[in-house]
Amino acid sequence: MKKLAVPVFSVLGAIGFVVSIYLIFMKTGLEYGVDERTGRLAGSSLFFNQKIFYFHVAQAIVLFTAVFVAGISSILFLWKRRPAFDDVASASTEVAVAFGAAVLVTGSIWAKAAWDVWWNWEPRLTMSLLLWLILVGYVLVRRFAGPSADRVAAGMAIFGMVGVPFIYTMVGADSHPPSGVNGVVLTLGKRLLPAFLASMFTFFAWFIALVLTRIQSTRDEREVRELREQGLDLGVLE
Amino acid sequence: MSLFRQAARIAWKDLRVELRSKEIVATMIFFGALLVVIYSFAFPHDDKAVRSSVPGMLWVAIAFTGTIALGRAFDRERENDTMRALLLSPVPRLAVFLGKAVAMAALVLSVAVIVTPLLALFLDAPLFDYAGELALVVVLGALGIAVIGSVFAATLLKVRSRDVLLPVILYPLLVPLFVAGTKTTAALVQVHPNTEAAWYWIRFLGIYDAAFLVLSLWVFESLVIE
Repeated sequence: MKKLAVPVFSVLGAIGFVVSIYLIFMKTGLEYGVDERTGRLAGSSLFFNQKIFYFHVAQAIVLFTAVFVAGISSILFLWKRRPAFDDVASASTEVAVAFGAAVLVTGSIWAKAAWDVWWNWEPRLTMSLLLWLILVGYVLVRRFAGPSADRVAAGMAIFGMVGVPFIYTMVGADSHPPSGVNGVVLTLGKRLLPAFLASMFTFFAWFIALVLTRIQSTRDEREVRELREQGLDLGVLE
Repeated sequence: MSLFRQAARIAWKDLRVELRSKEIVATMIFFGALLVVIYSFAFPHDDKAVRSSVPGMLWVAIAFTGTIALGRAFDRERENDTMRALLLSPVPRLAVFLGKAVAMAALVLSVAVIVTPLLALFLDAPLFDYAGELALVVVLGALGIAVIGSVFAATLLKVRSRDVLLPVILYPLLVPLFVAGTKTTAALVQVHPNTEAAWYWIRFLGIYDAAFLVLSLWVFESLVIE
């Protein structure tokens, strides 16, 4: 069962990828806006670019999930002191850093199409950036904090998770205009849903497969290190 | 001896060490003053520009001096391995943490107390029109930095690259604090001050500090083990 998990989720992700690409490009409409002069539907500034929405939102939700996965497993790690929890936290953070980079890039492309700037401190984009910075900090701590890296990083994950509601209120209180996402959902209506769910499924399957692989490699690393130490103790290795 | 008296005694010990050497306070105040001088060269001086950039200047100065002071203050406990002695002493870890945090807050504040009038003087910034609100937000900011900073500075005590890692950890976590601080200050130094907005962010900061104080009391013991 355990050995099967990674291949199963990878295959599910691969199938989901094909299906969601098909649904996104063949089954959903293009983004239209109402032309103010004629009162008729016309291609908006987003038009074809809107299709990045399906991947962008799915990746963003994975990023948010990873912050909580890391936070909760770090609490369990500090509480139970079992390295398995720490492995989960570090693996999901590392994978989420990659997903977060994708969120920022796709969000930036969206911003260019919708508002003609690469970056405009739109609340959700800002929040993704701040969470991503916490995760990058976590990875840096992990790499450079030496033997106590697991504790320091666990603390950072917990503090980061508790900070999420504050970051959320903080960006929400800013008086930005509502982002274009609401408009998109309105114009695309129900046809949006299957493609959206398919890409959510794809990215979660992919995320789980990557995290499980990363956990396994951390365990292997630890095992190799322990075997090496044993070998050194026994005088077999130099 | 109650928890608070133990904490007060530890805080007083730290402050007394500092008062005798004046190492951190003297160097940080000088550093803060240098920052203000650099700002005065780097940014325009007309009234409008000053009003919009002075909140950022103040909180960047607090952030920089705060992290350096934290790092140095905890380095002192490392040099003769006195942190171990402190943790071994028959007081609860909570008292150690509270004492440290209070002393750190006093250090961060002492720098802010010098930097703020300097900003007002050199840049002719109207920082003291609402002195009460400004003082409150600076105190809350210093407390937040001290609380979160003490947790991580203590955890990083034995880590070789602690000087670079402390800001790497603190700044992403402290973003809401700095934003609340700058927004409050900005609301107060506008041409038409907006006290309502200022109080919104002061309350936000108060809740932020309270949440992280509780969290720090909760995790300090499991993070700082020798």
